[in-house]
Amino acid sequence: MSDVAFIKSLMLALPLAFLAGRMLPARLPLAVRLPVGLVVGWLVAVAVTLVVPAGLMAYLVSFAVVGSIYAVIALGLNVQWGYTGLFNIGIAAFFAVGAFTTALVTTTQPTGVAAGFTQQAFGLGAPFLVGVLAAGLAAGVLALVVGGPTLRLRDDYLAIATIGIAELVRLVFQNERWLANGPQPLRGIPQPLACLVRDSGCAWLPAPLASLFEPLASRDYTYVYMLITALFVIVTFLVLERAIRSPWGRLLRAVREEEDAAAMNGKDVARVKLQAFVVGAVIMGIGGALYAHYMVSIDYSHFDPLYATFLIWVMLMLGGSGNNRGAILGAFVIWGVWTGTAFVVDAIRPALAALSPELPARGPYLRLMFIAFVLLFILLFRPKGLIGEERFVSRHSEDRGR
Amino acid sequence: MDLMSRTSGQQLRPGERVKRLLGSRRTFVVLLVLVVLAVWLLALAQGVPGQRVLSLMVRGVMLGGILALGAIGLSLIFGVLRIPNFAHGDMMTSGAYLALLVLSLLPLGAPLGPFSFGYEFLVALVIAMPLVGLLGYGLDRLVFRRLRAQKSPSVIMAMAALGSAFLVRSLIYVFWGADFVFYYTGRPRPAFEIFAGIRVRPDQLFILGLAFAMIVLVYLLLERTKMGKAMRATADNPELARVTGIDTESVIRWTWLIGGALAGAGGVMYGLDAQLRPEMGWWLLLPLFAAVILGTIGNAYGALVGALVIGVVWQVSSAFLNPAYGPGVAFMVLILVLLFRPQGIFGRPGGP
Repeated sequence: MSDVAFIKSLMLALPLAFLAGRMLPARLPLAVRLPVGLVVGWLVAVAVTLVVPAGLMAYLVSFAVVGSIYAVIALGLNVQWGYTGLFNIGIAAFFAVGAFTTALVTTTQPTGVAAGFTQQAFGLGAPFLVGVLAAGLAAGVLALVVGGPTLRLRDDYLAIATIGIAELVRLVFQNERWLANGPQPLRGIPQPLACLVRDSGCAWLPAPLASLFEPLASRDYTYVYMLITALFVIVTFLVLERAIRSPWGRLLRAVREEEDAAAMNGKDVARVKLQAFVVGAVIMGIGGALYAHYMVSIDYSHFDPLYATFLIWVMLMLGGSGNNRGAILGAFVIWGVWTGTAFVVDAIRPALAALSPELPARGPYLRLMFIAFVLLFILLFRPKGLIGEERFVSRHSEDRGR
Repeated sequence: MDLMSRTSGQQLRPGERVKRLLGSRRTFVVLLVLVVLAVWLLALAQGVPGQRVLSLMVRGVMLGGILALGAIGLSLIFGVLRIPNFAHGDMMTSGAYLALLVLSLLPLGAPLGPFSFGYEFLVALVIAMPLVGLLGYGLDRLVFRRLRAQKSPSVIMAMAALGSAFLVRSLIYVFWGADFVFYYTGRPRPAFEIFAGIRVRPDQLFILGLAFAMIVLVYLLLERTKMGKAMRATADNPELARVTGIDTESVIRWTWLIGGALAGAGGVMYGLDAQLRPEMGWWLLLPLFAAVILGTIGNAYGALVGALVIGVVWQVSSAFLNPAYGPGVAFMVLILVLLFRPQGIFGRPGGP
């Protein structure tokens, strides 16, 4: 096994180990699950790196990166819709605000010739994690502003207001050149830990570790970023699983199921809804930040309602709303369907061309049509999704009969 | 009623009392008038000539007429079925494109008088309208009726409406592509001075007239026919309507047919005024909902008032604001309504 394959398998091992650890029965103590998960995960990773050809592997890793970013956002939506029943169809707004915030925070203000091409309100040149934090914060503040006046009202008003805010955010990033380079893309968003794959190496890394990463070339950066996004998915998942089994999580579901009963029990329903809305939006903002650092260059058109709202809804509905594992599963499945249908459309290109010469170029819209059918099908025939909601929310009641 | 609100008003905190005062119908109407005036004054303060503001005002009323055609149907569907029909904008788009399809099948005629279109355009409009009505009814049969039968919660229906919106739009993309088109390419559409320096295109006057003629027809339908009365009753209170023996399924059918036909007409007119884009209906969705909520959900006349306010504010604000922000301006009006009078102008207190 070559050095490159070895280090790649190591990086693949972490998410796989987590998956393997989760697959083991929950009865086993962590002291068993952790080592078993690590060993199994690494073995699978080695096997995969050895068997799968490098080109396909690179594709799969980049697929996993985008899937993970969507998984983070779907987890955020799950807090709002799955657990609290808030109908947010303006995901794009929080997604975009997160992405542009981290872009502004982590890039530096262009000078000299570049300033003529790129205008931005500010550029702090801050590190990646600061950007991610700022992105979450900005999206949270936006949620506070939108949710404040609308969450007290009927459910559908929130939906309409979120459409509005998504449109407004898109218009602002499309038209305001001074803010984030107007309709032109904002370029040069730094890639975190990119020094690992560069020849110069990371100065702060201890020598033995640095030599470990030595064989990686810059085209292998996707592996590094996959590791980062996988960590974000895992941490978000664990935090949410914890939160959902806490009294706060039960309160969210109480508000979703019987708003009046929750209010009668002295719960401040509007406040709980606002909390859930903001928490979900913060997670979506973080997802937006992950997206921006992966794409390196972003513009308003990335946050079209189709990619940034509709697909995510289908992901959550397919996976199973009210279930964090379902949100992650749905994100990967629907992203797989979405990218997979591209191959299908490619394959039937001659047939399409025979029908009408313009049809092959409109392939993406056939895929949109298919996804819309998928959503309607789920709503009509399997509203609980692939994995339905888990029955127990309290870790204290888990051993009681079902 | 008045007495009750007065006595309960005394126990309220001062902030609440101010809010309640602002939320009363009279002050709310004054507030809306002030918003329109403020937009006017802002335009004039930026040095925009008064005649241009007046022209924009006329165009705003025309746009309001177009919006009203969509908003009336949206409001009735919202009231009768309790569904925020997110597909309504895309139904408007489909009307515009269906008319384009009919137009492409008909021989090209000479322009009628000062207008940019010939008689074939009127034929296309008349054919497109019932087709969109059938589209709405078809969606109901395939999706919403099943969901009703399953007793699905209303948010699931709202999501199905969103899915339908994307479905309709994807069909438009597949059949007509993503580029914008005109009904008539290469025909000049000059604006004429009609009165005191107000410049309007003849097409726009036609749209204005036709939109309001249709609104009068809707008024007659709702007021004079039995089905219209049943529709208003159901929109006002579906449960009460059902117990009084109104056939709600038949009311629902006619609501989709009429709402769809009106939306189709609105889409055709919007396409004639500007151009046809697959996303045009989605962009109109927000102003439509703003109009519906402003004029109280389920109230067709309220939707008309709301649409006129939104249309005028949108157009006049474009004198000093990037016109792309039109839907954003509608959103601001919506936020104002939600803050002060979420039940809309004609709503009862303690409504939504």
